[in-house]
Amino acid sequence: MQADLLQAGLYALVLLAVAVPLGAYIARVITGEIAFLAPMERAILGASGASGPQRWGAYAASLLIFNAVGFALLFAILFLQNRLPLNPQGFDGLTWHLAFNTAVSFVTNTNWQSYGGETTLSHFSQMVGLTTQNFLSAASGIAVAAAVARGFAARQATTIGNFWQDLVRIVLYVLLPLSVLFALVLLALGMPQTLSASVEATTLEGAKQTLALGPIASQVAIKMLGTNGGGFFNVNGAHPFENPNAFTNFLQMSAILAIPAALVLSYGRLVGDRRQGYALFAAMAILIVTAFVALYAAERSGNPLHTGFADPSAGNMEGKEVRFGILGSALWAVATTAASNGSVNAMHDSLTPLGGLVAMLNIQLGEIVYGGVGVGLTGMLLFVILTVFLAGLMVGRTPEYLGKKIEAREIKLAALTLLIMPVGILVLAALAIATGNAQSSVQDAGPHGLSELIYAYTSATGNNGSAFAGFNANTPWHNTFLGLAMILGRFGYILPILAIAGSLAAKTPAAATAGTFPTHGPVFVVLLIVTILIVGALTFLPVLALGPIAEHVSMLRGTSF
Amino acid sequence: MTKQASPDVGLFAPDIIRPALVQSFVKLDPRSLARNPVMFATALVSVLATILTIREGLAGGPTFWIGLQITIWLWFTVLFANFAEAVAEGRGKARADAFRATKSSGKSRLLLNPPDHELFEMQDVELLEPGAVILVKAGDLIPADGEIISGVASVNESAITGESAPVIREAGGDRSSVTGGTTIVSDWLVVRVTARQGDTFLDRMIAMVEGAKRQKTPNEIALNILLAGLTLVFLLVVVTLPFFASWSGTSLPVIYLAALFVTLIPTTIGGLLSAIGIAGMDRLVKANVIAKSGRAVEAAGDIDVLLLDKTGTITFGNRMAAAFVPVGGASDREVAEAAWLSSLADETAEGRSIVELGSKLHGFNPVADIGTFVPFTAQTRMSGVDLPGGDSIRKGASDSVLKHLGQSATAELAAAVKTIANAGGTPLVVARGARILGVIYLKDIVKPHIRERFAELRKMGIRTVMITGDNPLTAAAIAAEAGVDDFLAEATPEAKLALIRKEQAEGKLVAMCGDGSNDAPALAQADVGVAMNSGTPAAKEAGNLIDLDSDPTKLIEIVMVGKQLLISRGALTTFSIANDVAKYFAILPALFVAAYPGLGLLNVMGLASPQSAILSAIIFNALVIVALIPIALKGVAYTPSSASALLTRNLLVYGLGGLIVPFIGIKAIDVAVNALGLA
Repeated sequence: MQADLLQAGLYALVLLAVAVPLGAYIARVITGEIAFLAPMERAILGASGASGPQRWGAYAASLLIFNAVGFALLFAILFLQNRLPLNPQGFDGLTWHLAFNTAVSFVTNTNWQSYGGETTLSHFSQMVGLTTQNFLSAASGIAVAAAVARGFAARQATTIGNFWQDLVRIVLYVLLPLSVLFALVLLALGMPQTLSASVEATTLEGAKQTLALGPIASQVAIKMLGTNGGGFFNVNGAHPFENPNAFTNFLQMSAILAIPAALVLSYGRLVGDRRQGYALFAAMAILIVTAFVALYAAERSGNPLHTGFADPSAGNMEGKEVRFGILGSALWAVATTAASNGSVNAMHDSLTPLGGLVAMLNIQLGEIVYGGVGVGLTGMLLFVILTVFLAGLMVGRTPEYLGKKIEAREIKLAALTLLIMPVGILVLAALAIATGNAQSSVQDAGPHGLSELIYAYTSATGNNGSAFAGFNANTPWHNTFLGLAMILGRFGYILPILAIAGSLAAKTPAAATAGTFPTHGPVFVVLLIVTILIVGALTFLPVLALGPIAEHVSMLRGTSF
Repeated sequence: MTKQASPDVGLFAPDIIRPALVQSFVKLDPRSLARNPVMFATALVSVLATILTIREGLAGGPTFWIGLQITIWLWFTVLFANFAEAVAEGRGKARADAFRATKSSGKSRLLLNPPDHELFEMQDVELLEPGAVILVKAGDLIPADGEIISGVASVNESAITGESAPVIREAGGDRSSVTGGTTIVSDWLVVRVTARQGDTFLDRMIAMVEGAKRQKTPNEIALNILLAGLTLVFLLVVVTLPFFASWSGTSLPVIYLAALFVTLIPTTIGGLLSAIGIAGMDRLVKANVIAKSGRAVEAAGDIDVLLLDKTGTITFGNRMAAAFVPVGGASDREVAEAAWLSSLADETAEGRSIVELGSKLHGFNPVADIGTFVPFTAQTRMSGVDLPGGDSIRKGASDSVLKHLGQSATAELAAAVKTIANAGGTPLVVARGARILGVIYLKDIVKPHIRERFAELRKMGIRTVMITGDNPLTAAAIAAEAGVDDFLAEATPEAKLALIRKEQAEGKLVAMCGDGSNDAPALAQADVGVAMNSGTPAAKEAGNLIDLDSDPTKLIEIVMVGKQLLISRGALTTFSIANDVAKYFAILPALFVAAYPGLGLLNVMGLASPQSAILSAIIFNALVIVALIPIALKGVAYTPSSASALLTRNLLVYGLGGLIVPFIGIKAIDVAVNALGLA
């Protein structure tokens, strides 16, 4: 227990030590102060014909076009992988719905996998198809954050930057170097990186076993850094090749939150008031620590129904790797759900009911506790706008954020995004139940089955990508609707926040006075957290009551389903 | 001068309540409900609940009795919201009726050949067109707003301002406008009508207080959007719930879902929102200010910089004697006596203040023969008195007196004059015969307590800038004494306008008040321009607020009203949303305990039964609207303080209070419901 807490504390320290300098660095990349690869930048941008700052609409259009083309290419690669090279295992092309779901999944930075990687995808699909989108979807997300920060900070401006320039700079200066570095470290720590398909091994019993291999280290690096989360193997970070030891486990967990946390600090620098970044960072930190404590406590206290066949003092070890234990699994589960990464090193389906609730709620809040790279920050900013609006009225002024008045247009856009999670999760899950598609895909009865269903749609809408398992998503219905949920959860947030950035960019910031509502400092942080919990959590309380909470109270009464 | 209390109406006076009860039902008209998304949704759900209850009753179903009660309380929720709005409007209407009583009907003298007073025809007041020229005489009610072309008259404006002392209105200058509904006390005026009947000040005021022309203000629109968004979110929550319940092997009566939906959506603020807006306008009218738009009232709450004219706002309009400074060996008493004697017949405020000061300092007694008063003229720039004994006393500006005596200033005199001028005062030299006795120190008297008001404003984050025609030295002295943050000396209308533009370019919102035509550009440029009612039509046209009392300090009150309006909205919204937590804890266990008995754990309030829990929540939801009507109408208590202090206080009261109060309230209602055997 003490060792656990020590490790959790160390994790927080490492994260902070990485986030501070990385945040400063990314801010300088976004402003263009880092330019040591300028010739390469110019060559790429010259080829794409991009030039000049864009209005928010043009910025958004560029992003949509770029992602649409990425989707089409990836769809083609997956659908036709049997006719493409680097397919040593000779896998078939994917069905249309699985290809649609997977292509959407990787373009939206979700990395939901309705399939098992090592038994479905060719090396070409993994490397050229998925890994490319791992980079580009992450870069798209960071670009959105860059444009939003620029818009919030601007003064009577009509433009919020150039999408293509942001994209190229983020890939060149942030994602590529970090991934190469991280891949080398993972390689050194024993992670395989090869183009051969598999090796034959003879087990102790003398049986033959086929061990799947592939370009694992390179894919894992960007999977973790870009909050992608799509694993090379079906069991993701629980596979010994994808996560060989406690050290790789620790590093990968740190990589999940590194860029999302750094970006919050970059934001403070970009808007010219670092305290704004610290305040958001603090709010996120409090939320994630609370989530960790809750999830860890739930796993630690275990499952009373296990009494008799498992050691109760070990806590709930069902579905966890003994190599990582409760702490390594709990910390990963919190980080991956809070940050919209979606990689797993333990089976979330086997978490205690309350542990599963925390994981689910982390996503349902809108993936804003650090969140996905870039979009986590911008999602949080939407809550900031709502908080500022409610609280700002209470100080007797038209609400302002960073000196910009929050008016009907901004509220309209922010209120619109409040609908995304309920539509993607509640409406689509209810639809699945109404049509019978939920019942046929779910493995367990009772409240746990409901949790499996809700988790799937939560993961998709939140662009998280982790799976509760126990849910067969590879059906035409679920592949299609989960895909739609991912699109909704990605662009349903990106477009409004870009529009808000565009509208705030045009405003004149008012100078702060004693009458200005301060958006840094503890009162605001508490207020922001309460708003997030009340607006975000209240929406899902009823369904959570019927899922994990019902399961928990039943478990306490000795009922299983 | 006495000031009548402007017509005030008790919060729940029977005259207001009775028509409001009727209005509560009249406002069930869907067209009226549609203006408010939250209450519209509530009304739709009430209709649905009514249909369901009738069906259940015909079928003899088990949920009829509880369903009937829920339906009744759903309707009450809508009616209470309507009632809140009706009470707010009713209070305005009572005020409007008082105004309307002063509206003139009948006829007025329309001059056919304007300069000529004799050639007129009696014209119906309703038919007066802008541009018509009319003659009004002592005893007449001025029939319409207008500008005086010729004549001087004293006018009783108490009908509009509550001020009983008549004021002088004359052609030319800054006091050339008259307001319909006021009465001529003496003399006559020739007035050119400037506003059509139905569009006069009085009409605007009536329309404003009645809410007839009330448009939603920008913040109100934004808040309405947010409330509509939250309503939609909870609609999705409730509509999808039966599917998840069916998964769990339970079915939820639709009437319970209706109750859940209405308790979750922000009905409290939704029901009180328009009442808050109307009441805010009403408070403004009570302060005798007319807003041309609600936008201006809200903008008043956002003001960063206040431009205040020195004279009349920061200082009394008149200078007052503050000291007598003897020179050339004269005694204190000699100077004071000369000054006192010379001012006995001087009816100006300055003269009276000299007499007062002399009596106070040296106890001079009234004298029978005060001699011959020599009034101030522009030529001599002196006044004084020729005493019965042949002695003459003169007082006036230093150079005038010296010129009159043919002397030049001694070093002592020059020093005394300079000291007074440097301190922001006006020196008046007093001479008796050919001997200069000393100097009267006339001082700009800063109004008492104005310093404290500026300190309050500073706490609110508002910077005050004093505008004055004085030279920078004098201005600085007065600015320091009054405690303003900054001043603009030797101000011209152009300099004023430039200052406003400069502040606005820095992103600040500027408020100012003015009355002259040359103030009009600045009034129009300012974000909040308060025109004095006594001012010229041009100024009144340019401002977006008009102060009927013509009191420049009113600006401060207007800022407070604006802030209070926003705070009331924010506080009640926060309260409303925070309430949801307790409502969930009441209703969710009630809905689901049948499916999962363990969920009884969530029933933290220990409510007696699922039925009584749901009923108690919906009753609390309806009653809280009524309970908060006084706060909505009076506005949330507001004392000027910094944003952080305000936020902390309001969060504790309305945020934390909003979390806790419903737990207590629902529990109490549950106890009552069970005691009465209602569920």
